[in-house]
Amino acid sequence: MLDEGRYDEWIDLWLADGHYWMPLDYKQTDPHLVTSFLYEDLFMLKLRVERLNGARTFSQKPKSRCHHVIQRPFIDRTDHENGEYVTNTSMHYIETRLDDQFLLALTATHELKQVDGKLRIANKRVDLLNCDAAFGNIQLLP
Amino acid sequence: MYKQQPRQMAAEDIEDLVQGYQVHRDVYISRDVYELEMRHLFTNSWVFVGHESQTPNKGDYYATQIGDQPVIQVRHSDGEVKVLHNRCPHKGVKIAIDREGNTGKFFRCPYHAWSFKTDGCLLAIPLKKGYENTGLDETENVKGIKPVGDVRNYRGFIFARLADEGISFEDFFQGSLSSIDNMVDRSPEGRLEIAGPPLRYMHQCNWKMLVENQTDTCHPMVAHESSAGTAVKIWESLGNPEPRPPAMEIIAPFMSPYEFFEDMGIRTWPNGHGHTGVHHSIHSDYSAVPGYFEAMCEAYGEDRAKAIMDENRHNTVYFPSIMIKGPIQQLRNFIPLGPDKTLVESYIYRLVGAPDHLLARTAMYNRMINAPTSIVGHDDLEMYERAQEGLHSEGLEWVNVQRLYPGAEEDFSEEAVENGTTERQMRNQFHAWAKFMTATMPRRTELQGEAGQ
Ligand code: FES
Ligand SMILES: [Fe+2]
Repeated sequence: MLDEGRYDEWIDLWLADGHYWMPLDYKQTDPHLVTSFLYEDLFMLKLRVERLNGARTFSQKPKSRCHHVIQRPFIDRTDHENGEYVTNTSMHYIETRLDDQFLLALTATHELKQVDGKLRIANKRVDLLNCDAAFGNIQLLP
Repeated sequence: MYKQQPRQMAAEDIEDLVQGYQVHRDVYISRDVYELEMRHLFTNSWVFVGHESQTPNKGDYYATQIGDQPVIQVRHSDGEVKVLHNRCPHKGVKIAIDREGNTGKFFRCPYHAWSFKTDGCLLAIPLKKGYENTGLDETENVKGIKPVGDVRNYRGFIFARLADEGISFEDFFQGSLSSIDNMVDRSPEGRLEIAGPPLRYMHQCNWKMLVENQTDTCHPMVAHESSAGTAVKIWESLGNPEPRPPAMEIIAPFMSPYEFFEDMGIRTWPNGHGHTGVHHSIHSDYSAVPGYFEAMCEAYGEDRAKAIMDENRHNTVYFPSIMIKGPIQQLRNFIPLGPDKTLVESYIYRLVGAPDHLLARTAMYNRMINAPTSIVGHDDLEMYERAQEGLHSEGLEWVNVQRLYPGAEEDFSEEAVENGTTERQMRNQFHAWAKFMTATMPRRTELQGEAGQ
């Protein structure tokens, strides 16, 4: 979905109080009192998506593209009764714009929850393998 | 990394690049100018190294750089923070390999095990006999790891001057230290502590573009329309719900109109320092944090507590290469890596004795504004990199910083407060730039004298 730029559909998968977290530190446990790359609620994610479509988003002229290559996810926790699942997915994320292309290796942890018969995202955590490296712009969503 | 010898230039050649209201593009794009900056500007001025809370215990060290010089900040056995060149006096190996750690009572070079006290003094050489009658005692190398020219710990912030001789700390910073004072005073205990690793953000542009931008008040409403403007739009489309999402509190003020920035004022101090937000700033309207004011009153008394908290300076530039934000305890370090490459490190600090909520806001600000994943940061970086490319155009040679320019007699030797959209602080920086670049550079007549000999 993200690879195809179907951000609105992706946002609709989220539960209202979810957070997208990308820690800055290896094995970071606290999203609040130290810095992260991202710790965004739905308002911020919407803002991010709206901005990508904006007419005066100069850093997206021309637009970036991304590609997620994912390994089959592992299910870390299954709770059929409450419809709650935690999955762990290794992936390679590639983002490109103009002459630049970069690669991130990462592990994504999804907390999923079944609501009205549909699986929704309760939380997502992205751990970058090289979280302590210096990056240029990472504009889309790994 | 290969280091190029810069083209021989006279002080006048550098001075010619800064002309009142304009700056020559070579200042941003020339490799020669960059190498001269490393040799002169970053050597003659006082440059930020780190915060003392990064090395709290004896033997703690932290490796960084001043200009292109690798240095170590280390807590010596006497409790003082020392700053040493990160270079073994034997064959040049970097002494500190990790970015930070604890070395115990001494440094030991990983190559041939020369060892040094934490103030750099040589402690021992294995098989010392082999140096008998070789004259080693008369060399520079035997003195140990070389300390930098001078170091000052100002309320926890460590600054260093590489040059052995030069301007004193007080003369260099003068009244500008009031911004550090205010940031530290915001802690009921008068103390800050580092909170986690910095964000590290790589920019393919000249370091001075970043420093200038810290007091550029005419770009937010334009460049940040895509991020801050969109945030305001979404909030309005939701019917302006209160309380505002925390993100709105931080991001919306970027869209303030020109009048807001005009009225907020810019103050400049001699030697290139200055700050935006004299009367108010984009940080003025943050919501109160329960328990904080009470803690401040208890520590300082109500009047003084009010005075500290009413000061809402926006960005204070400490020339040449850092910016601090007092109201949210943040420091950005602009580390030059080449004429067209700059690493930005964004640090956050905890106000010791204040509620955690303040630190949470600081962390949020940092990731929303200063991260490589931050949409606001994307807006700015796009502009810097376009400028870096655009300046190669043969169309024009000069960069214009003329906004509210009073004429050739403009004087930077006294503190001044002006309209918040002035480009005076940028001119102030370039004035200081020329001053510290040329402080130890030969003048044309001297070069001609040399050539004639
Ligand atoms: S290079 Fe350090 S001891 Fe030889
Ligand atoms: Fe900006």
